[in-house]
Amino acid sequence: MNFTLHIWRQECAHAKGHFETYQIDNISPDCSFLEMLDILNDQLITRSTLNSQLSTTLNSQLSTLNSPITHPVCFDNDCREGICGMCGLYINGRPHGNDDGITTCQLHMRKFHDGDDIWIEPWRAKPFPVIRDLVVDRSALDKIIQAGGYISTTTGGVPDANTIPIPKQDADMAMDAASCIGCGACVAACKNASAMLFVGAKVSHLALLPQGKVEAAERAKKMVCKMDELGFGSCTNTYACEAECPKLIKRQNISRLNRQWIEALFGRDGK
Amino acid sequence: MNLDSKIPSGPLAEKWTNYKASQKLVNPANKRKLDIIVVGTGLAGASAAASLGAMGFHVDIFCIQDSPRRAHSIAAQGGINAAKNYQNDGDSVERLFRDTIKGGDYRAREANVYRLAEVSGAIIDQCVAQGVPFARDYGGLLDNRSFGGAQVSRTFYAKGQTGQQLLLGAYGALSREIARGTVKLHTRCEMMDLVVVEGRARGIIVRNLVTGDLERYAAHAVVLATGGYGNLYYLSTNAMNSNGSAAWVCHRKGAAFANPCYVQIHPTCIPVHGDYQSKLTLMSESLRNDGRIWVPKKKEDAEAIRAGKLKANDIPEENRDYYLERRYPAFGNLVPRDVASRAAKERCDAGYGVGTGYAVYLDFADAIQRLGKEAVEQRYGNLFQMYQKITDENPYETPMMIYPAIHYTMGGLWVDYELQTTIPGLFAAGEANFSDHGANRLGASALMQGLADGYFVLPYTMQNYLADQIYVGKISATTPEFDAAEEAVRVRLNRLLQIGAQATLNSHLSTLNSVDHFHKALGKIMWEYCGMARNTESLNKAKALVKDLEEEFWKSVFIPGTANEFNPELEKACRLEDYFELAQLVIDDAMHREESCGGHFRTEHQTQDGETLRDDEHFMYVAAWEYQGHGQPETMEKEPLVYEHIKISNRNYK
Repeated sequence: MNFTLHIWRQECAHAKGHFETYQIDNISPDCSFLEMLDILNDQLITRSTLNSQLSTTLNSQLSTLNSPITHPVCFDNDCREGICGMCGLYINGRPHGNDDGITTCQLHMRKFHDGDDIWIEPWRAKPFPVIRDLVVDRSALDKIIQAGGYISTTTGGVPDANTIPIPKQDADMAMDAASCIGCGACVAACKNASAMLFVGAKVSHLALLPQGKVEAAERAKKMVCKMDELGFGSCTNTYACEAECPKLIKRQNISRLNRQWIEALFGRDGK
Repeated sequence: MNLDSKIPSGPLAEKWTNYKASQKLVNPANKRKLDIIVVGTGLAGASAAASLGAMGFHVDIFCIQDSPRRAHSIAAQGGINAAKNYQNDGDSVERLFRDTIKGGDYRAREANVYRLAEVSGAIIDQCVAQGVPFARDYGGLLDNRSFGGAQVSRTFYAKGQTGQQLLLGAYGALSREIARGTVKLHTRCEMMDLVVVEGRARGIIVRNLVTGDLERYAAHAVVLATGGYGNLYYLSTNAMNSNGSAAWVCHRKGAAFANPCYVQIHPTCIPVHGDYQSKLTLMSESLRNDGRIWVPKKKEDAEAIRAGKLKANDIPEENRDYYLERRYPAFGNLVPRDVASRAAKERCDAGYGVGTGYAVYLDFADAIQRLGKEAVEQRYGNLFQMYQKITDENPYETPMMIYPAIHYTMGGLWVDYELQTTIPGLFAAGEANFSDHGANRLGASALMQGLADGYFVLPYTMQNYLADQIYVGKISATTPEFDAAEEAVRVRLNRLLQIGAQATLNSHLSTLNSVDHFHKALGKIMWEYCGMARNTESLNKAKALVKDLEEEFWKSVFIPGTANEFNPELEKACRLEDYFELAQLVIDDAMHREESCGGHFRTEHQTQDGETLRDDEHFMYVAAWEYQGHGQPETMEKEPLVYEHIKISNRNYK
């Protein structure tokens, strides 16, 4: 299969970015999207060496070799099986591309048509500044978790695991919420760059379990305040986040977050 | 080299209790004055940092990814073992200990393994308290499943995402300590060197991967929790950025490397399909609970399937060879990983493979009939979905195709009972050390070991080391040792970047290649000649090929860009440079171990039925290697394995 790629190139956080166009041919339909970018990068590396053969002095050769255009395209990736949350590209206007319930690394070229134009951009959201090309800084999500997205327990001194039975339904719902991989697609999909689905998933996961209930309201308050402080937008209930979540996290988690938030503001009995 | 394993005296079951009762402690006021560096944020690193931080030590933790939650522990699917005996099926600490020793083919240290089994139950308690949503039954209590090498159900799980949930638990505990200020987090930082001062580990040099700056960090002790070196083989189930370099730079600085040839090959991975492929995806071992592995009984059927003339479902029951059930009736599809992998290779080499010829079927038709599609979906839904996305085939309707792939490395930095390496003050935890799995790791034991080391072992044993460190004061990062280490890293990076420029000068341009080109070539050599089966001939061949490839690398690898910017190609080049040395050591270790045990299969040493043939008389020891300089053969010292408690026998799963 052959494709025309339009890729966002940006040398560093402060540089001005632009789209660069690349032609890539003979791609197997079984190739994954990131493997297709690997092939492109390999070609960019060898092509830049070929181009430089034409130049005469070492200096001009080196400057061709190191020009930003021929530098391989930087993109984050790691596990390549859809669980680490490291990869995340905006492909033809959709976070993680045109398939449901998958991350970018699980997208395969068979989902495209031969000859397609493909537009590839980084996550675009104020709290996620670009580091280089398609790589963004998502440490804001860690900071939200640090604000309270955990159960305050230290190592040791905890009861036996079977001391508190948990209804299977609650455990299953908690598991569904906990399967968030922190990739940031929900933020990238949201027109307000809100992190409500991310926060809602963590708040729900812990609030559904008896161990996490103790701090539930306080947790919701702290995480939402941190989210606001870091520059994430507000939720206006359009649920683009739910539509694009690679782990199919449900919007009901946002409702649960709102309930915890109200409890935190007014107290459980309205006091 | 001092290989004192420091195993406490007394009966096996009392060793750990005795150790804890007599070890040295650090009082709370002094803990605040002691600095600890933890490298790696997977299960071992995150749990160690969280526990040490909560105790009051000052911890700096480093990871190469953008967040601690990305560490590759996150990808562990099936589960975590613990001797809780919740199922009342006869499990106990003693039995988990014995299964692990036997699974490791009698090449692990008794005392370490017993301690692992002993603390396993507390791990589950800890995780539940952190909010890990383990699977539960309708009564609300915890559920279990079975894994290879065990006849009890002791594996706790959270769908097919157990590693993710355990890591998020540890990440939560770590985040709490970061918020409390006891732990400082450094993301997108790669450890480039270990700084040793007066014989003790005193700090690290890291490269900030965003800016390219080299930074120094000093501490009273360093914990290495950076995982294994499976990516040496290029195609593996490891993440793309998993690497062996942090452990390797410690090895260069004097830490012994133990049993490097013990590499685990996982039987159930999605087969290789093209040379552009970047990684292999694991299909959890838990699938072997309900899936049955088979190939056609008749060669002509296998040939017809490969030619696309027949489909799996066309083969009638009587013409299917369920070779694991046939060869190992007692354990059936749940034999340990090395046994299942070799059996698959045996069938494919004999011409019975399906797909490309290097694949076997993992069939769920029976389970779907017995339990219903919904129940199967409940148990393995996410794995089935993952399979379908990659292969474009529906495993509910047609059997999965699987083949073995590199998955885990049992070898690693040599550590004593306290998880301290041969460099005082340098500790190694999780997959980075060698201690608990012998020559083969059982399924669901990696998560157990990572968390055991981090939550329940290091917080005790490190105090024993740190107790007298309260007298040395703050460690300075401006000493000549730090200067020298930083300068060496700078020289190393420049040398790599110069290769392309040098080749340009000599007009060798047309032969320049990317880092990945060399990494793929190295992986192919290692898989072919030092993979599932090895012999003197293949290892000699591997050695020569690796040496040639390394020379080629130094002549013609092209790394674009500079050292002072975000430059993933440079990161990969450094890691590959280390893999060339590591590959030589893996081959040397495989060559010297003239026996077959666990994941190490020497074709010269096998029984008539093709099972591993150990040589306990000559090889019942840990091989600990000492670095002698680049290109020099390493020297090896032996730590004898003494079995006082367990009766050594043949590893029989029939």
